[in-house]
Amino acid sequence: MATFTALLIDDETDFATTLAERLGMRGVETLVAADGYEGIELAREHRPPVVVLDMMMPGLGGLDVLREIRRMLPGTEVILLTGHGLSDKGIEGMRQGAFDFLVKPVRIEELLEKMREAVGKHAPGADGGEA
Amino acid sequence: MMSREFWRCSFLGRAVGELFFDRASGASGGTDAEDASPAAPGRFAVLRRNLMVVMLIVSLLPLGVIAAISHMESGRALREQGLLPLKGLVNKTKHSFELYLAERKSAVSFIASAYSFEDLADQRHLEHIFQIMSREFGGFVDLGLIDSQGLQVSYAGPYALKGRRYGEHEWFQEVMVMGVHVSDVFLGYRSFPHFVVAVKHDGGPGRTWVLRATINTTMFDDIIASMGLDPDSDAFIINRDGVLQTDSRFFGHILQAFPFSLPQPRGEAETVQASSPAHSDMIFVTAAISDTPFTLVLSKPEQVAMHAWDRLRSEMLAVLLVSVVLVVLGVRTLSSRLVRRIEDSDRRREAMLHNMEHANKLASIGRLAAGVAHEINNPLAIINEKAGLMEDLVSIMDAMPYKDRFLGLTRSIIQSVERCSNITHRLLGFARRMDVRLEKVDVNAVLSEVSGFLEREALYRNIELRMDLSGDLPYIESDHGQLQQVFLNILNNAFSSVQDGGHVAVVSRPEASGISVAIEDNGHGMTEEVRSRIFEPFFTTKGNAGTGLGLSITYGLVQKLGGRIDVKTQVGVGTTFTVLLPLQPSSGSVC
Repeated sequence: MATFTALLIDDETDFATTLAERLGMRGVETLVAADGYEGIELAREHRPPVVVLDMMMPGLGGLDVLREIRRMLPGTEVILLTGHGLSDKGIEGMRQGAFDFLVKPVRIEELLEKMREAVGKHAPGADGGEA
Repeated sequence: MMSREFWRCSFLGRAVGELFFDRASGASGGTDAEDASPAAPGRFAVLRRNLMVVMLIVSLLPLGVIAAISHMESGRALREQGLLPLKGLVNKTKHSFELYLAERKSAVSFIASAYSFEDLADQRHLEHIFQIMSREFGGFVDLGLIDSQGLQVSYAGPYALKGRRYGEHEWFQEVMVMGVHVSDVFLGYRSFPHFVVAVKHDGGPGRTWVLRATINTTMFDDIIASMGLDPDSDAFIINRDGVLQTDSRFFGHILQAFPFSLPQPRGEAETVQASSPAHSDMIFVTAAISDTPFTLVLSKPEQVAMHAWDRLRSEMLAVLLVSVVLVVLGVRTLSSRLVRRIEDSDRRREAMLHNMEHANKLASIGRLAAGVAHEINNPLAIINEKAGLMEDLVSIMDAMPYKDRFLGLTRSIIQSVERCSNITHRLLGFARRMDVRLEKVDVNAVLSEVSGFLEREALYRNIELRMDLSGDLPYIESDHGQLQQVFLNILNNAFSSVQDGGHVAVVSRPEASGISVAIEDNGHGMTEEVRSRIFEPFFTTKGNAGTGLGLSITYGLVQKLGGRIDVKTQVGVGTTFTVLLPLQPSSGSVC
């Protein structure tokens, strides 16, 4: 059972709260933010090791939030959620230092696996620590 | 339709277009719908015909006018030239006649002047003079002296004319007024033709007499014979009343009326037209013999006289005919070539328009699909999570009625969501407008990667995937990722068309202008109807299993990369997709 905190930023609150609940059932305490500003605020406050970020949001877009979090919390990995696997934004996000990207709708096991990998990247004794 | 646009792009084009096409469509009552139909070849036949007609008119009309003018001008000149010898001959003969008659008149006049009335009235003396005169000047038949009252005083000749009175005769009155008289030819008592020359001697009051001589016309015939005419020609003399004064070959005997009237000649030889239609092919040259009632007439068939003209006319006609044939052949070739060119460019334009239409269709369908897919994706994600949560909750409950049933239902929901999301992702892929990123691509490497994706399926379904990759394949400038998608789509199609245990072959070859990749399968093949529609968006033969977008995307991508796809297929035998890619895409194709 994974035991870490994650932050889920998605404007679709129905989607976000349900996903958060499911992650919680799998031992990941998941905070939910409904937009970019709230997301950045929560990230600063809780410094989660992993952030799951929707790319398509009104207002502050996914790429802006990604940049801000990478700047603010270098030890936090960001997993992107995109509408399409090969969208320009997904590719751009990877260039900007996202850990990986997943395509909506996601399989929970896959997401959990990616989150564990992301957290493991910075765990003590893990390979390829923060450069 | 296209050709109309083509012609209408300029003013000249518009004029020509209206001339050729509007008349063409007007003639057939054509509508736009008909224009777009396969009746197009007929339209080009009409264009070709009209073009030929206009070109023929433009070229043959001046040719015809020039031919007609030169025909007329040279006809006139050659006619003149052809008539000159005839006129010369007639003039010469006329002078012979005049000389002959002048000699006779002088002889009579000399005798009238040289002798006194008494000398001449003496019968014996007159006979003596007549003998000498007959000897020195041929043709005289008789000689007689007539006093001022018209009484024949003396006469030397074969007839008994002495004592005859001529006072009331017209010729006597004329000679008394005019001084000299030459009569028409007439038949005398012995029925041979002769004419009279009478001369008045004016020796003062009471001393006036007339010396009258009769001359036969043998010499006339001799003079005419000396003209040396060919058998087609005729020469004769007529008097003022149109009576033949000599025999004619074709127009009757002496003293018969000449069958039609000729205009009265003025003096020198001139050409006249016969008033009779029966002789319209004859040329008549006439000349009046001065101081006589006689007119010399020469007739000749026109075609003989105009031989040179006929020859020239035949030559001119031959040249004209050859020119016309050359012009017609030239116009035919030229208009055929021109129309073929227009037809070709028309066809190219139509093909281009068709391609553009297809690309536009793809693009707009893509935009629509992307919008729909995006909107559906979010609710799908919510359904996915809700169903997932239900599954989670049910699975952690220990004792729950119908637990397995619920788990089955939620699994089914999640699977359906997955199917839906596959479709939305493919729709989004279809609409993706990523710029083409050109790089040097090793197509063999791309093919190997793509075949790698399918190796497991091939193994599982016992499909033989044969890779026949040319070692000489050049690198091409293209987009690696998009080529992957192209080949993956076609290979996926091949895999779904073959039975388990079938064959799929991938063959790459260098080509003159790039490379070709053929993907062959021995699957069920396609009918012609299916083959013609496989690149249409949403066309699928896989029922619910396919979106109908795979090959449509493939088509769009290959076009974007400047290539093309050929499909050969036979039902029950298999299908070969051949992708032809250029060494580098032309600047226009990458958009």
